[in-house]
Amino acid sequence: MPVTVRLFAIARQRVGRASVVLDLPEPVTVGDLRRALAAEHPTLASLVPSLLIAVGFDHADDDQPIFSGADIAVIPVASGGAPRRLTFPDAERSDR
Amino acid sequence: MIELTESPINHAALTERVRSNLAGAVCTFLGTVREMTDDRQTASLDYEAYPEMAVNKLAELEAEARRRWPVIDAAIVHRVGQLGLGEVSVVVAVSCPHRDEAFEVCRWLIDTLKEVVPIWKREVWADGAEEWVHPRLG
Repeated sequence: MPVTVRLFAIARQRVGRASVVLDLPEPVTVGDLRRALAAEHPTLASLVPSLLIAVGFDHADDDQPIFSGADIAVIPVASGGAPRRLTFPDAERSDR
Repeated sequence: MIELTESPINHAALTERVRSNLAGAVCTFLGTVREMTDDRQTASLDYEAYPEMAVNKLAELEAEARRRWPVIDAAIVHRVGQLGLGEVSVVVAVSCPHRDEAFEVCRWLIDTLKEVVPIWKREVWADGAEEWVHPRLG
């Protein structure tokens, strides 16, 4: 199935386009998409391991399935560590 | 309220907007475009957002701040596109009953925004080099 992937920041700049379309055999997971991106767009290959993939405007793990028509984007993040889900750093609540 | 905008941000209007008779403290943070980073000079700078997701994350941030602190009102506005030196890139304005919590929530909002909201900064240095600054996201 055709999967449209939006690109941002350095990923967009490296490919020279704001989105790419990949044709992937179903069923498709985020991990499959990650591998296909690296294979079909060699300029992204070095970025792919550290990219976050967003599905439906939220971060997706590699085992998450992708269904037809989903909003998918590549999110370059600061280096250091594997991609992680959105969490809010904890803060002490003031009692005053 | 939250907003992404390509226009200059009226920070005074946002501060005024969060003021309330219930508040004893209003705290406004402005992020501005810095010309010098150590001895390197910035030539131009632009911000790029994944707009739909950035708006979602900003809304989550505001909701989380309201859950953790007694926020009376909050305004978080981020600029996108090309900015000139000294221009305001982001505004966080919050009102609370007391100053300690107003400072705390304002600080938490700007720090967490930098980590979790998909907005990228592209910095072009005066020597022609270029650098993307990424959110940490997680």
